[in-house]
Amino acid sequence: MRTRSLELAVGAFLVISVAALFFLAIKVSGLSSELSQPSYKVYAHYQNIGGLTVRSKVTMSGVTIGRVAAIELDKKRLNAKVTLEIYNDVNEISTDSVASILTAGLLGEKYIGIVPGADDTFIKNGDEIEQTQSSLVLEDLIGKFLFNKATEDKGSNNAATTPAPAANSQDDF
Amino acid sequence: MLEALRQLGASTLARLQAIGAAGIFLWQALIAVPQFKTSFILLIKQLHSVGVMSLPIILVSGLFIGLVLGLQGYNILVTYGSEQALGTMVALTLVRELGPVVTALLFAGRAGSALTAEIGLMKATEQLASMEMIGVDPLRRIIAPRFWAGFISMPLLAMIFSAVGIIGGMLVGVDWLGIYAGSFWANMQNSVEFYDDVINGVIKSVVFGITVTWIALFQGYDCVPTSEGISVATTRTVVYGSLAVLGLDFILTAVMFGGF
Repeated sequence: MRTRSLELAVGAFLVISVAALFFLAIKVSGLSSELSQPSYKVYAHYQNIGGLTVRSKVTMSGVTIGRVAAIELDKKRLNAKVTLEIYNDVNEISTDSVASILTAGLLGEKYIGIVPGADDTFIKNGDEIEQTQSSLVLEDLIGKFLFNKATEDKGSNNAATTPAPAANSQDDF
Repeated sequence: MLEALRQLGASTLARLQAIGAAGIFLWQALIAVPQFKTSFILLIKQLHSVGVMSLPIILVSGLFIGLVLGLQGYNILVTYGSEQALGTMVALTLVRELGPVVTALLFAGRAGSALTAEIGLMKATEQLASMEMIGVDPLRRIIAPRFWAGFISMPLLAMIFSAVGIIGGMLVGVDWLGIYAGSFWANMQNSVEFYDDVINGVIKSVVFGITVTWIALFQGYDCVPTSEGISVATTRTVVYGSLAVLGLDFILTAVMFGGF
């Protein structure tokens, strides 16, 4: 009888700790959303990934549709090659979509936002998203702003110099 | 001068010898072939006294540390207008650091000291020697089940500690101070990674469990078999155990989160 109650207590201890692990996994680290859903791979090249990390989100209209699987330097083109894993059920992304690196909030994490295009053909496993937009780098922004300000102050053509869409280097190839 | 040098050498040699003896002791306890049926019952008994009996102190201190983290974190974060990040802060602090470390410190105080005193008293009353006389290996019968019990319970206790602490932080942040529950949990889930944070915390607690249990068992087994010797050994268990946990924590953190 004594061992029975001991065994009961130890069993309860184990159950509680397994429950704690589940709590940490599902509720705290959000593992369920991270579990690998069946997905296909798409590539995108960027001049500057500026703080994008592996496992960052890939979103469309704010909805998560995949994750960044790998980031490496393309040695031929000398820019960053980002591998995106997009869930299989999101299979109608047209080939002229734009994949830009965005920031959540002012100083938040980087993620990739895909804006769908109008083309009838869809990207498949192993394709490349041609139209990309690099990360917004604060130093570039400030540099461009100062440059514009300086040209404005010279008074050459005040009206024509609108504030340039800074760091908007469309990486077309 | 020469005498001081000799003493330094002697104390170094004695320490090294103690470390070596502790290593051999652990090795012998681990390779002791278990007789499955009897050792399972012994293990259950030790899991009860090491793990289950430590639950109350772990639950209560985890809850209160979570409550305090919630309050302190809220007061700091609200000055930057980012009190939604409270969940992230509480969860990362607990899962990465406080869960394993505080659990190990409490474990050294609650279970480690009890192990040392128990084994020390067994040695003082010559129970270990008489076991050897009747042909029972005390390493197998006494030490091995206690070691495995500590090895198993410590990570479980640390996980319970973290989970209860996060619930405590939620009680303060969401229910008392009125942070929106959705952003509390969503921010936490966005920034806590299961493998990088939770699993690394569990690895830490496994290492601490081995260290603390090993120190406790060896201090008990190695103590001078008098009442004074047992008290010295019990103190040493808590002091050495805590220091070892804090030192190892720095090394493990540097390896896991230091970026190399």
